[in-house]
Amino acid sequence: MLCENCKEREAVINLTQVEHDTKVTLHLCEQCAQQRGVETGATALKTPLGGFLQGMIGKGGNVLPTPADGLRCSACGSTLKDFRESGRLGCAQCYESFGSHLRDLLRRLHGSSQHVGERYIAPGSEGSNDPRLRLLDLKEQLRRAVENENFELAAELRDRIRVLE
Amino acid sequence: MIDLSLLPDGGIGWLDASGPKGSIVLSTRIRLARNLEGYVFSQRAKDADRTAVLTRVEEAGAASDLLHGAVTIHLDQLERADRQLLHERHLVSKELAALDREVRPRPGAALMVQGTVGVMVNEEDHLRLHGMRSGFALEDAYADLEALDADLGQLLPFAFHPEFGYLTSCPTNAGTGLRASVLIHLPGLVLTKEVGKVLQGLAQVGLTHRGLYGEGSEIVGNFFQLSNQTTLGKSEDELLDHLGKIVRQVIEYEEQARDVLLRTAPDEVADKTWRAYGLLKYARKLTFEETMNLLSGVRLGVGLNLIPGLSVYTLNKLMIFTQPAHLAALDGRQTGDPDLPTVRATYVRRVLEAEAA
Repeated sequence: MLCENCKEREAVINLTQVEHDTKVTLHLCEQCAQQRGVETGATALKTPLGGFLQGMIGKGGNVLPTPADGLRCSACGSTLKDFRESGRLGCAQCYESFGSHLRDLLRRLHGSSQHVGERYIAPGSEGSNDPRLRLLDLKEQLRRAVENENFELAAELRDRIRVLE
Repeated sequence: MIDLSLLPDGGIGWLDASGPKGSIVLSTRIRLARNLEGYVFSQRAKDADRTAVLTRVEEAGAASDLLHGAVTIHLDQLERADRQLLHERHLVSKELAALDREVRPRPGAALMVQGTVGVMVNEEDHLRLHGMRSGFALEDAYADLEALDADLGQLLPFAFHPEFGYLTSCPTNAGTGLRASVLIHLPGLVLTKEVGKVLQGLAQVGLTHRGLYGEGSEIVGNFFQLSNQTTLGKSEDELLDHLGKIVRQVIEYEEQARDVLLRTAPDEVADKTWRAYGLLKYARKLTFEETMNLLSGVRLGVGLNLIPGLSVYTLNKLMIFTQPAHLAALDGRQTGDPDLPTVRATYVRRVLEAEAA
């Protein structure tokens, strides 16, 4: 496949970005990808996440700004620059928002970006059926009802919680 | 003043030296980092987010089979001395207890303890579940923890991604979120000057070493915490197997080093350990660091059966109770009291005399 940007060179990088809550995937050649601030094999160690890593191992890496710095998580509003400066992500959604950058970093940190440990089954999803959840859910609803000053609903929820407890 | 007797075994049941290889390995500790879906991570959390997370966790704890009836301690309501006390018991991190700052911890910082497991709330991650066991006991510590993780995971929505695993505030913990640490005493390797090589070898096989209080702490009294460096790309069992295999090797090296010492320099070893015992028993002023180094010498002697009638449990207790906050609490003083070295020497002397009697 040809690069979708210059349409001259072979596309070697799939760049997935989240913009306004929709995923956009671009197929780019190495040069065009670099222009968009994507780290490629050749530049990876010279670019900021490399700097972040250097900072972590105490060599005081010199962090230079790149175009990707402005990449922003739509859920919590933190930017890639925030992450590079603090070493901490803002929320779970950041892993999607900065996916391509993190994948590369995770590979360097752990030697892999693919989790092979225990698979988590979220409460309430298929395969999980815990009666205690109902009580916790009612408490959550009660908190929201109180916050919204919906006291009629709150009183009803409180009674239902009492019965279950 | 916090009443530590409320904690199961005072939170230090692991001190009793009953675990496997108890004279060389003090404790095994494993933690799992977990975050709640739908809440910003600690780095961006406002006070309201933090208290909301704590409320969710406390409610889940009350509904949980394994945390039901757990002791919950709100760290923002504790004085500094009490927070330091919990840190010295390895129950909370320096960060959660806000010991490196003058201010109190922010609202929402909490510790829940039940039996051999506990949860730090609103640390770097929303939850840090931990399990602690006496001696070298990776399997037992993980069995406790796995059960707690499964229980809470059904009551709280953990942030999980099919590719990246459990999502953590710092990518160095992503995947399993698992860090297992074995607190090990290596005086033989230090005395034979082999320890550098061993620690270098650890780094090559993906393990890391830290000081007595974990990340960023110094090595005192020849105690090292050995733990896995990576958390992603290997299963929980693989990570634990690998650490276990290497720790077993390190224990073997330590035992060999002790054999070499006994064979080649028996008088020097006996002299070193009895001198340490003598100083502990008769000194009138002891700093914490000196105490730790002397306890290391005596511990070596006890391990080599050179000093009869002294138990490893007593040595473990001395390690914990001669720390500044513990000593201050014992004697009704401030942690910065200039007379603490005198109080420490008196305490050590009393314990050793009682043991010999």
